[in-house]
Amino acid sequence: MNNKFEALDTVRSLDKGMDRKKWLKKNLVGYAFILPWLIGFLAFIAYPLLSSLYYSLTEYNIVGDPSWVGLKNYINIFTDDSKFWLSLKVTFYYVIFAVPLRLISALGLALLFRKARPFTNFYRAAYYVPSILGGSVAISVVWRQLFSSQGAFNDLLVALGIMQNRISWIGHPNYAIWTLIILAAWQFGSPMIIFLAGLKQIPKGLYEAAEIDGAGKIQQFFKVTLPLLTPVLFFNLIMQMVKMFMVFTQAYVITQGGPLNRTLMYAVYLFREGISFGHLGYGSALAWIILVLLTIVTVIIFKTSNKWVYYQSEGE
Amino acid sequence: MNLTFSQKEKLKNILFQVCVGLFCLVMLYPLLWMVSGSLKSSGNALSATLLPDAFRFQNYLEGWKGFGGVSFATFFRNSLFISGSATIGQIVLAAFSAFGFTRTRFIGQKFWFAIMIATVLVPMQILRIPQYIMFNNWGWVGSYLPVILPQMLPVPFFTFLMVQFIRGIPSELDEAAEIDGCSKFGTFFKIILPNLKPVLVTAGIFRFYWSWNDFMTPLLYLQNVTKYPVSIALKMFSDPNAVTNWGAMFAMTFLSILPTMIIFIFFQRYLIDGVSFSGLKG
Repeated sequence: MNNKFEALDTVRSLDKGMDRKKWLKKNLVGYAFILPWLIGFLAFIAYPLLSSLYYSLTEYNIVGDPSWVGLKNYINIFTDDSKFWLSLKVTFYYVIFAVPLRLISALGLALLFRKARPFTNFYRAAYYVPSILGGSVAISVVWRQLFSSQGAFNDLLVALGIMQNRISWIGHPNYAIWTLIILAAWQFGSPMIIFLAGLKQIPKGLYEAAEIDGAGKIQQFFKVTLPLLTPVLFFNLIMQMVKMFMVFTQAYVITQGGPLNRTLMYAVYLFREGISFGHLGYGSALAWIILVLLTIVTVIIFKTSNKWVYYQSEGE
Repeated sequence: MNLTFSQKEKLKNILFQVCVGLFCLVMLYPLLWMVSGSLKSSGNALSATLLPDAFRFQNYLEGWKGFGGVSFATFFRNSLFISGSATIGQIVLAAFSAFGFTRTRFIGQKFWFAIMIATVLVPMQILRIPQYIMFNNWGWVGSYLPVILPQMLPVPFFTFLMVQFIRGIPSELDEAAEIDGCSKFGTFFKIILPNLKPVLVTAGIFRFYWSWNDFMTPLLYLQNVTKYPVSIALKMFSDPNAVTNWGAMFAMTFLSILPTMIIFIFFQRYLIDGVSFSGLKG
């Protein structure tokens, strides 16, 4: 709609013989306002994105110039890089557990906070706090100590008699990744707030109608709440997934990708290979692979969304 | 046992308080543990108990000394400088571009707006290597420029938030100002900007948080200890192989999140509104 009006507007003003100068000025003023953004976008996003595509087709180490090698980096990654496959596996494992755990906690708490009771505002804020601390080094530092062999988590298990010997959870090949997953689940604050906002939009009348039809609380959840919440769920799913695919600080500080590379998240591997080792060309190829992969996963979720995301008809 | 409706409600309320309250304690445990650890005597700092065995405020003094002869005062100043400039730059740029996208008309407007929104899908980590090469060629590595400038680029969500907000401001106000002889720039500063305040606060707080917590960019570009922000300093200070004074480590960890917490306590409404909005309109 707006497009049409705009086009009409432009045409009309041209028809009227609107002064070229005036027209030019109008455009210049518009561009003047978006110019700072435009420059930033071209310099810090567009150019790097395109140049990295070029670098990914070269052999380029931190000293020396890039030399064209065609698809060699990609072929090497796919056929001869066990760490690449391992880091993909680790990242998928992390995402597959961490995203649902975070979203389920978020939804569960949002449902509890839906009704105003004494202290709800306080609780809502308290549950949100871990989320604002996000990927800070501070939280990673606390987490590392919490699950270290001397840490509080062992104290608890020993006191409860579940374990006799303390182990280092972050140093254990099988459990280390779970300390990261628990950390991710712990930070469910922002999706919780979004779910809460979504819940508030569901008309009360629907529940009354459902109740009259004899639907119990559980049925009401599955037949009314959940379907009407799917657009919000969809949004949370995409946002959290993209975020967790690229998780860096936590893995870098808490486990450093170890033990035995069992927590080698893709972003950590990318950083290590591309920056720490200075393999700029190879690293760029790694970056493009995850970008394409992320896009594919996002598109798949988008494609399936019309099967499970319920959109209320736009007309009133 | 037959309970009246209000008795049932009361019972439910009590049950809610007990469950949610206990779970809240579990959720906040890591943070409380950190605060309590910052006061415990060194040998005891990692124990699970929340009640410190001593109140060793000395831990803070010892931690504040930092490492390599550089104290945390420097690190905090650096962090404030980085986050402060990024925040101000971000707010200004986001407001300008949002105004450009709503209240002016120019060729390619829809196209650039779509591009701006689409950048939300580009994970920043992908850009690290080419950005690094670029900044390296420009001779920027080692300075604050590559850390701060890219962070000034508005996050698409904030521009979008402001665009939505500006659309809600009646355009009659603009027209009246223009009749009074205001230029577009005048309209922006006198009419739109004052009305944008709540969104500016929301965007500012989030940018401040992200810059404050940013770890990867300074890790990449800053080489001199005297330029380190708190995030990098804390990582070094807490290296498990080097730490001898756990109490001091927890003390600095706590101080590093203090600005975040204070802002949260005062401005939580803005944060929660901003987050809610992202889910409903995003």
